[in-house]
Amino acid sequence: MHNKAIVSSNPLADHPAKQQAVIAAKDLRKTYGDVAAVDGISFSVPAGESFGLLGPNGAGKSTTMKMIGAVTQRTSGELSIMGLDPDSHGPEVRAHLGVVPQQDNLDEELKVRDNLLVYGRYFGLPMSYLRPKADELLEFAQLTDKAKSKVDALSGGMKRRLTIARSLINEPRILLLDEPTTGLDPQARHILWDRLFRLKEQGVTLILTTHYMDEAEQLCDRLIVVDKGRIMAEGSPAQLIREHSTREVLELRFGSERNGTIGAELQGIGERLELLPDRVLIYAHDGEAALEEVSSRGLRPLTSLVRRSSLEDVFLRLTGRSLVD
Amino acid sequence: MSVLTDGHSVTEEARNRTFGPLYSRNAKAVIARGLMATKSSNWLVMLSGFFEPVLFLVSMGVGLGAIVGAVQGPDGAEISYAAYIAPALLAVSAMNGAVYDSTWNVFFKMNFAKLYQGMLYTSLGPLDVALGEIFLALLRGLLYATGFTAVMGLMGLITTPWALLMVPASVLIAFGFASLGMGITSFLKTFQQMDWINFIMLPMFLFSATFYPLSVYPQYIQWLIQAMPLWHGVELLRQISVGAFTPATAIHVGYYVLMTALGMLLTTVRLRKLFLK
Repeated sequence: MHNKAIVSSNPLADHPAKQQAVIAAKDLRKTYGDVAAVDGISFSVPAGESFGLLGPNGAGKSTTMKMIGAVTQRTSGELSIMGLDPDSHGPEVRAHLGVVPQQDNLDEELKVRDNLLVYGRYFGLPMSYLRPKADELLEFAQLTDKAKSKVDALSGGMKRRLTIARSLINEPRILLLDEPTTGLDPQARHILWDRLFRLKEQGVTLILTTHYMDEAEQLCDRLIVVDKGRIMAEGSPAQLIREHSTREVLELRFGSERNGTIGAELQGIGERLELLPDRVLIYAHDGEAALEEVSSRGLRPLTSLVRRSSLEDVFLRLTGRSLVD
Repeated sequence: MSVLTDGHSVTEEARNRTFGPLYSRNAKAVIARGLMATKSSNWLVMLSGFFEPVLFLVSMGVGLGAIVGAVQGPDGAEISYAAYIAPALLAVSAMNGAVYDSTWNVFFKMNFAKLYQGMLYTSLGPLDVALGEIFLALLRGLLYATGFTAVMGLMGLITTPWALLMVPASVLIAFGFASLGMGITSFLKTFQQMDWINFIMLPMFLFSATFYPLSVYPQYIQWLIQAMPLWHGVELLRQISVGAFTPATAIHVGYYVLMTALGMLLTTVRLRKLFLK
C-alpha cells in the first residue's frame, strides 16, 4: 500500500538540467555578535541527492538549516535555493521546502488530520487538493487510524512521523530534516528511516543533519563533516572512511588507570593509535592481525573488539574529538 | 532559473506572488487555524470573557446604581448610573479581550507551543501571522460587543439608534489594543515581565472615568489619564451611547487610529527582528 508516490515523480529526473544544483552555498557565514555559528562554508546539492551535515552539537548544522529554510538571514556569502535568494524571497523559497525541525512543533490544539489540512492552508493550497492529500500522507505515516486523535495522545515516534507527513503536504522538492531521529527508540528510528528512504527513491532531495553515524551511513549519498562552523571533509560515507581512516579498528580496554599510559607499549601496531579516556583505538587494515600482535607483546586487555571503521572514526581523526559527548 | 519553470507543482502559485518576504497575502489561513482551534478547545474561555462585563454591569449598575441614583450623561441630560457605566464597561471588555488575545495568547504560542515558528517555515510571512491573529482578536471583540450591546438593550439602557455604533467603535478600540499589545509582547521573555501588563491594565480600568467622571481628579492627574488609551475608549463609547457627538469624538477616534497604526508598525518591525534574524 505504501509504494504509491507521495511526491509526484521528480520532474527534473530526465531533464538536461538534472545536474543543476537545487542548493548552492558559497562562503556562507552567520555570526551572532562575535560568535561565528557558521564560518564560511561552501557546498552544492544536485536535485535528488541525499545530503548530510554531520557534526557535534554546536557545530553550526542547525543554523545552516535555518538559512536554507529561509527563516534565518545570513551574515555574508551567497546562498541560492532553487535559483532564489532566501533572504529576499522567503515565502517563495519556503513554498518549495518541507521542514522537519529538531523539536516537534505540531499544533497541539488541532487533531492529527487537521494538523495536515491547516499546514497546507499556510501554503495557500486549496481544500480540494488537501483533503485527499492529507489521507494519503496519513497512510504514508502509518497514522490513518489516528486521524481524529489529539496530537498529545501520540507517541514520540508517531509525532515525528506526523511532522514528516506534515512537511510533505506541499509536495516539496527539498526536504530539510534536522536531527530526524534524535530521542526515538531503535524501532521507531528504523520505521522513520524506511519512510525517508521511500521519499529518496521518489526523487526528493533530502538535506539532513545528524550526529548519528549509522543514520548518516544509511541515508546520505554524500555529506559534509562540520565542526565549529567550518567544513572539515566532504564526500560519500565510504569515501570519507577510505580517505580518513583504515578499513578496520581494534578497540581495546585496559581499565581506566592503564588506558592513558599503555600508549608506549602499543607503539608500532597498526597504522595509528588513538588513546581515549575509556579505551584505546588501533587503526589497522587487519584488526585481527593487530590483536595478535598485541597479545604477542604480552599485553592482556580486559576487552577487545575488531570492527569496521565508521564515520565516528573519521570525525575523531579530523577533529580529535568524538561526536557524541 | 530554468529549474523553476519546469515541472508543475501545486505551490507554483505561491511562488508567483511578488510580495516582500514579510507578507504572502494569506492571513486567512492563520484565521482558519484559529477558528478550528477555537471549535475544538477554546470556546469555554471565550464564554467567560462575555460574562465578565455583564456581571460588572449587573452588580455595579443595578446594585450600586440604587444608591447613586441618576447621574449627568455626556450630553448634560440625566441618565441612570447603569446607563452611565455600561459603555465604559464595554470599552474595558474590548480592551481586556484584545489584550488577552494579543499578549498572553501570543506569548504562549510564541514561546511554548512554538506555533509561529511552524507557521513561518511555510509560505507565510510574519505579517500574515500578525494580521491573522489580530483579526481573530477583533472577531472575538466583535462578538462580545454585540452580545453586551444586546444585554444593554434588554436592560433598557439603550435610548437611541446611535448606540448601535458602539459595536464597530469597540472593534476599533480592540484593534488599537491588540496591535500595540502584540508589539509589546514580542519584547517580553518571562512570566514576571508578563505580569507588568496586568500592573498597567488594572489601574487603567479603575481610574479611566469608568465609574465616575474625570472631574473628581486634580488637573495633572486628569492629563495623565487623558494620555492613556482606555479613557479615550470610555469617552468615545459613552458619547455614542446617547448620540452626543462633539469635536472630542474625532479626537478619540483619531487616538485609536494612530495607536493602531503605530502598533502595527511596531509589531511588523519586531516580527521581522524575531523571526527573520
